[in-house]
Formats: sequence, structure tokens, C-alpha cells
Amino acid sequence: MTQNSQSTDPTRLSAAGQAKALADGDVTSEQLTRAHLDRIGAVDGDLNAFLHVSEDEALSTARDVDQRRAAGEQLHALAGVPIAVKDVVVTKGMPTTAGSKILEGWVPPYDATLVEKLRAARLPILGKTNMDEFAMGSSTENSAFGPTRNPWDRDRIPGGSGGGSAAAVGAYEAPLAIGTDTGGSIRQPASVTGTVGVKPTYGSVSRYGLIAMASSLDQAGPCTRTVEDSALLHELIAGHDARDSTSLPEHVPGFAEAARRQDVKGLRVGVIEQLEGEGFAPEVRARFEESLAQLESAGAEIVRVSCPNFEYALGAYYLIMPSEASSNLAKFDGMRYGMRVVPEDHPTAESVMKASRGAGFGDEVKRRILLGTYALSAGYYDAYYGSAQKVRTLVQRDFSAAFEKVDVLASPTAPTVAFRLGEKTDDPLAMYMNDIATIPANLAGVPGLSLPSGLAEDGLPAGIQFLAPARADERLYRAGGALEALLEDSWGGPLLDRAPALAGEVK
Amino acid sequence: MTTIETDLVDYEDATDRYDPVLGIEVHVELGTATKMFDGAPNIFAADPNTAITPVSLGLPGTLPVVNEKAVEYAIRIGLALNCEIAESCRFARKQYFYPDLTKNFQTSQYDEPIAHDGWVDVELEDGEIVRVEIERAHMEEDAGKSTHVGGSGRIQGATHSLVDYNRAGVPLVEIVTRPIPGVGKRAPEVAAAYVRTLRDIFRSLDVSEARMERGNVRADVNVSLRESAEAPLGTRTETKNVNSFRSIDRTVRYEISRQAGILDAGQHVVQETRHFHEEDGHTSAGRVKSDAEDYRYFPEPDLVPVAPSREWVEQLRATLPELPAARRRRLREEWGFSDLEMRDVVNAGALDVIEATVESGTSAQSARKWWMGELARTASEQGVELDELAATPAQIAELQGLIDEKKINDKIARQVLGKVLEGSGDPSAIVESEGLAVVSDDSVLTGAVDQAIADNPDVVAKIQGGKVQAIGALIGPIMKATRGQADAGRVREIIMEKLGVQG
Repeated sequence: MTQNSQSTDPTRLSAAGQAKALADGDVTSEQLTRAHLDRIGAVDGDLNAFLHVSEDEALSTARDVDQRRAAGEQLHALAGVPIAVKDVVVTKGMPTTAGSKILEGWVPPYDATLVEKLRAARLPILGKTNMDEFAMGSSTENSAFGPTRNPWDRDRIPGGSGGGSAAAVGAYEAPLAIGTDTGGSIRQPASVTGTVGVKPTYGSVSRYGLIAMASSLDQAGPCTRTVEDSALLHELIAGHDARDSTSLPEHVPGFAEAARRQDVKGLRVGVIEQLEGEGFAPEVRARFEESLAQLESAGAEIVRVSCPNFEYALGAYYLIMPSEASSNLAKFDGMRYGMRVVPEDHPTAESVMKASRGAGFGDEVKRRILLGTYALSAGYYDAYYGSAQKVRTLVQRDFSAAFEKVDVLASPTAPTVAFRLGEKTDDPLAMYMNDIATIPANLAGVPGLSLPSGLAEDGLPAGIQFLAPARADERLYRAGGALEALLEDSWGGPLLDRAPALAGEVK
Repeated sequence: MTTIETDLVDYEDATDRYDPVLGIEVHVELGTATKMFDGAPNIFAADPNTAITPVSLGLPGTLPVVNEKAVEYAIRIGLALNCEIAESCRFARKQYFYPDLTKNFQTSQYDEPIAHDGWVDVELEDGEIVRVEIERAHMEEDAGKSTHVGGSGRIQGATHSLVDYNRAGVPLVEIVTRPIPGVGKRAPEVAAAYVRTLRDIFRSLDVSEARMERGNVRADVNVSLRESAEAPLGTRTETKNVNSFRSIDRTVRYEISRQAGILDAGQHVVQETRHFHEEDGHTSAGRVKSDAEDYRYFPEPDLVPVAPSREWVEQLRATLPELPAARRRRLREEWGFSDLEMRDVVNAGALDVIEATVESGTSAQSARKWWMGELARTASEQGVELDELAATPAQIAELQGLIDEKKINDKIARQVLGKVLEGSGDPSAIVESEGLAVVSDDSVLTGAVDQAIADNPDVVAKIQGGKVQAIGALIGPIMKATRGQADAGRVREIIMEKLGVQG
């Protein structure tokens, strides 16, 4: 449904479309991978979506897939379809920095579980995508390796922390990308780049091999251009992992089928009162209302619900997340791997640790380590970390109460369209406000999906977010797939078709 | 070398005037196949940094997974110490920066230990029983091992340090007592006996090799003094990682003398960790342990709570082995040993070998005679434990069997034992191959007796004159003539028959 039939350029196809072209023999994986590498070569100098491009490895996987396919081997549906991986995900033999100087040059000796799954299914890995350092940020400006630009406007941010993955997908550098979402790092970039992103239920995708920011909030998920592609990728990377104690035991249900169903008759969609008013840009709200109207016209029931404790979610998040992050980031000390700074004059282990952390971490990382260290300190623990955990419970209760009345919840994904590079870098609180709508899902562990709702302020994309009860991810795909079809019908094609040409692009 | 900062008060004097209170934290390394949160092998003495995985090294992205066997062992320890077992408990991160700690936090338990509120009875050498209350037993992981190169071996003054992460992540259970009051002058003994009691329990539970010299069991010894048993607790010091029973005894003794000196001078004991020095038995200050030290504990978000089902706990309780104290009581009764005999056996570490020898068919007293006599002497000469000798309980039982069947006499038995200890094989085979069987063939013996009677007419006259004990003077030459293989009892009978006297 989202394939661009005018173009013979295979990079314009959805991942599902590329998989079909491979299966039909219209293109080889080597050609497809080469086309994406060429695209990266052409546009990424300006976009900076990739921190590392693994050309040889990607092509080698592609050729292997082609040989296997030629030999009649039974392959995974996405075999041969290239993918980009956020640089917070550990990849064996491929540099992994998490966007930080402190890990510059580190080549991991092992693969994240989800990377093992990608390799087992034989998806060529194009490279590692840019991100805010240790996934801390909403604009990718906190990357130690320079910001990523928004494919819609090179002077705008691509969202964060997973701006690289969203931009790569939005700029046709990759049909699929892996993101991670601790407070909105998959969904908010999707929203501001006109792409689709899913934060699965906490525990749906193994966290083994994800460089942790906040263990109780982190979750990896798909970044794609279509809802169906997210469903396909989610099915591939999900599943129980004995190496992650918090991974869910259940099997993965049919997400792709839900995405293709395109039927929302009788679906009860709850609009969260606390996430539609103040702070949300007028055109973002208008696109949201229009999306609801589309759903209603297709037979969905729109219900207003109240989640009163969402008001405190941002505050609780900015205590729990830094607390866990301060602890998770303690291991970066220059002793075993990564950057080591040795001060002059009788260096000790302690002084090396101090110097390495001082030089290796950026300002936002240091800010959160300080906040978290403070919040966990004796005498403050109950007031900060303890209270935040109580709020977390209240947010979970709000969700439970809401999901007794509705099947899914909906809100604009982010309050605004993409802002300008540098616009909020001096105002951390304004930056944190970007995540106001996405954070509650992380606190409660429930899944969320963002898809484009249309063009809003300055002709830039806005997103709508669906939230579902934990382990009911398929509802996201049902609602998202249906709304995507309805909106694309009304637009006459995918929203991304309206994105301007990129610098370096050969039309 | 090291300066001793305070005047020491004579131990007797110190304990006359002050009431010592103990508190002991024991760490035991569990003998699981793999580490606490990691599939890396849990082994001792491999080459440095070989028993590791990405998880052991805390590499970015790695996650812990709880070792179920370690939980089982922790529960067994808790049950053996009469503890409550938590219905649900969480791990927590204890945060501090140190190079041997791969994540710069130790995954431990904080306010939710798996076992709590128990007790154990500790038997002192003279049989007195002291009940020690257990506050908690919790699970945690060990750190890596730092070797400081250059200087004194401590980090201060070293030129560089090496870290071996083989031990990083090895499962530990830490057992914490409540304050142990009322032990008075026996404090050093109680401390050592408590740790020995735990060591024996770990071994009987088969949860650890519990070898002190390998650091499988390590004790942190807290000591404080107060004016009287009614006074509030004094300020304590914690002497870390004391690794032998003797060192524990010396640590307590030294700290009592040292703290008494400080209190006598009207000064305050500083709450701090201290190090014990094996070479002269003193302790020295480590870092000051103040309230300012903040580990910023919080629940480990990478792990789900451990919630042992009650069925499982009861199953483990039902399958607990007989614990050392109960076993000692039972064996003492079965063997008919006196309290003193039993204590000697226990103190000599001979319980297991005697039991095994008895199980192989030897009487308890015979087994005791061997292991507490000849074998104890040999072990002492060789500087090894009884169970490290080349002679096994089965061989000792076989040896005694040969005596009981009168195939050999005591003297030859000692000869045979010597061969067994040299690793020459089993006693029967040695007797066979060396031709050591006792000569009890009357035709052979009668000739020897006749010869001896003929050679010693004055001795014969004495015997016939009523001095039956002079018979020994005839037996000696006969034994000599038969190279010690004559059955002395039979020889005596033949002499008496020949001379017509009654014994």
C-alpha cells in the first residue's frame, strides 16, 4: 500500500515490498544492499544518521542470502532486507559507542540478543546509527559525534535519542532500523521525521546487549516507514531470552496480521485528557483530531479518559531514569575498555577514573549522573527515588483504569514538530518537555506506536501515538495499520512522498 | 615496621574490667558450577582472566541472571541456621568505585535478605554451648582480585596493580550475626568456634568446599567493649577478611587489649575497618567507616524478585543433611566415646575418617586408636590433614581386620601401615607379598619353644618357681627367631603347656 510504483528505485519500497521483490527475484539482496549503501554515500555526509557504515559485512551477508535463495533454501521473510542498528545496541566486531566519546573505538566481543536474531534471519546490517549520548536527549544533538539532521529540513532536529535511526529510515538510507525507547526515543523521532516507530511492551524484546540507560524503562523496537514493517521487525526481534531476567515468557503473536487487518470497527479509542491541551502546538492538535475523526468514521468509538497522575509522570521519570542511569554508567571508568585518560603526576586508579569520566562524558550525561547520584543518596532516597516509584505505581493504575474502558489510548506523540538545531540545547527543561506524552508508557511498561498524522506547523510532520495494555502490542498494529491506510487514502500516498529532496540526492 | 598506636592492656586485665561484645560477618563462596549471575565457570586457580564471560566483565549491555542453584544453597544455609526464608526478596546494587568491581556496583541484597532471624549453637572445646543469633544471610557476588605490584603489596606505594576477574561474580552468602554479648573472657574462642561451626555446616550441606586457606570462608570480626554488661554497646571496629580460626582468635584478643588501652586513656574508639597482620598478630587501621560512606543502595532493576515457593523451601528443609552438632551427638552415643574422647576426635578433625573406618567394619575404639595414634602422628609429621594421608579408612579397616583375624599382630600391623602410607597398596596384598603373616603353626613354634627352654634354664626355673611374668624373657628370643611373625599368644600357651604352669 505504501510502495511508490512510479519509482524503480528499490530503496523506496517498504521493507515488506523489498522482501517481496527479493522473493520474486526482481532484485538481489546484493543489489538492494548496494543501493542503500549508495544512498548512504550520497546523502549521509549531510544528514549524519550513521556513525559507522559496515559496507563489507552488509554486502557479504547479502551475497550469502542471494546464494542461499538461489539454492532454494527456506529463508526468513526479511532475509536480505538491509537494516540499520542504533549505536546503543552491541554488535560483535562492529564499533559500538552509544554516541559517547568514552566508548570511542570499542569493538564489542559479543552480539546483543536482538542482533543475533537479525544475523540469524540474515538481514544485512548497514551500520550503526547516531544518537544522543547514551540515549540521553530528544534531539540527537547530545551525540559526541555531531547532530543528525532531519531529512525534512536540514536545520531541524530529527528527534532523539534515536534521531539517527529515524532519519536513516525517513531518508531511505535503510528500510528498517532498530531503536531504543526509554522515555520516547523511538516514538518522538518517528513523529518528527514522518516515520513509524514502536516501543514494545517492556520485556517483549530482550535488553541483553542494549547499553543500559535506565534498566526498568529501556526497550528496543522497530523504526520503519510503515506500520506493517514495524510489525514484521517486531516479530523478528521479540521473544523470551534467558539472558534477560525481565524478558517476557510468552510467544510473539501475529503483529503483521494485525497491521494488515485494517478494521477498527468497534475499537474503543481513549483520548487522554491530560495529553491534548496545553503545550501541544495547534496544528499538531489539529492533525490529531483529524486522525481521530478518520478512526471514528471507520467505526471506532472515541472516548475521553482521564489519567490524572500523568501530570506527575515527567517529574517521576526524571528521578527514576537518572537514578538508574547514574548506576548503569558507573562502569565506564577507563579501567577495562573505552577511553582512558591518565593524568600527570602519580596517577592512581581513582584519578584515572575521574579524568576518564570527566573527559569521556558530555554535559547531559554528567547532568543526569549528578541528578541520579543525588536522588539515591542517603537521606534523599525516600523523598526522591522512593516518591518517584510511588508515582510510577499511580501512573500504572491510571493506565489500568483507562484500559478497563478502552482498547487503546491515543495522544499526539510529541507536543510540536521538529524544532531547530540549537533551539533548546541551553534549556534542558524545555528539552525534557518533548517527552511529556511518551514517558507514561515507559513508566508503566505498556507498548506505544507512533505514526504520521500529517503535516503541521511549517509543513513538517506530526505524529499520533497509540498506547495499549502490556502484552497487547497487537492492538497497536491493528489501530496503527488501519489509521495509516485511512490517512494515506486521504493524502493520496505516504506522507514521506512529500518530503523535499535531500542534498546530494540524485533524482 | 608498623607502629602500634596505643598501649595494649593485658588481656586478663582488659577482660576483668570491660565486657566485650562480638559481631561477625562471614562470607562463604558457594560451590556452584557457575557464577552468581553469569554462565562463567566458578573455579579456583585458573589462569588469570580465563573464567570470565562478557557478563563477568560487566561489559556494556550485559545483564545478570540469578543462578538458581546459588539460591538453593543460600536457602539451605538459611534453614541450617534456623532462619526464616523470605517469601520474596530483591537484589540491590551496592555502589562504590573500585577497579576489581566490574560494574562499579556489587549486586547484593540490602533490606530484603533471603534468610533472616535465625540462630546457631556453638560448642566450645570444653563442651560449653553458646547460642549465636543470626540477623540475616543474604546473597551477593564476589569482586575480582587485585594484586598490587611493588611496595608492600597494599595499594599504597604500589607501582601498578593487576586485576584478575576470575573471582568476579562468584556466588557468596554473607551471614551476619546479631551482637554476641555475654562471652566475657571467652570472646576469642567463641569467635573462632562460631566460624568453625559455620565452616562445618557449609561442608555438611555440601554448598562449599569451605577451605579457609583458599578464602572460601572469610570473616569480618567486629569487636567492641563496654564498661559492663548493662552498659550500652561501645563503638566497634571491624577487622576485615580474617582467614583462619587462629587468626580470628588473635584478632579478637588483640582488639580487646587495644580498645581497653584507648578507653583507659579516656579516648574514644574510632569506628573503622582494620586489617589483621598474621606475622605479629596486631591489627592496623584501614579506612574510617563513618556514616558518610554512602553506598546508594537501590533495588537491582535488571533482576526480578526471588520468590522461593513454600513447597520448595519445605522440600529443602526436609532434605537437609544431619548437621554437625547433631551428628557428633549421635556418633558419640553410637561409639560409646567419653565426652573427652569425642572432643579430642573432633578437635583433631578425625570424625569423618573414624566414621568411614567404622562403616568399613572396624570397632569404634580400634578406629579411634589408629586415627588418634599412629596416623595422627604421621599426619602431624607430614604437616597434612588426616584425610590427606595415603592411608584410607577402608585400608585401616582392612588392617584392623587382619589383626582381629589374628593374621598379623600389632607389631607387624604397624609395619604394614608404614607400607600403606608409602602408597604400596592394600594391607592384605602387602602382607601377602612381603610374607608377613603371623606364624601360628604349632610345629614351627614348638621347635622354637623347645630351643628357648633349653637355652634359658634359669628363666625356666623362675617360671616354675611361680614367677609367671618371667615368661616374657622366653617369648622375646622366640619372636626374634621367627622374625617377629610368631603369634605371641600361641607361643605363651605352648610355653605354659610345656612347663606345666597356669597363667
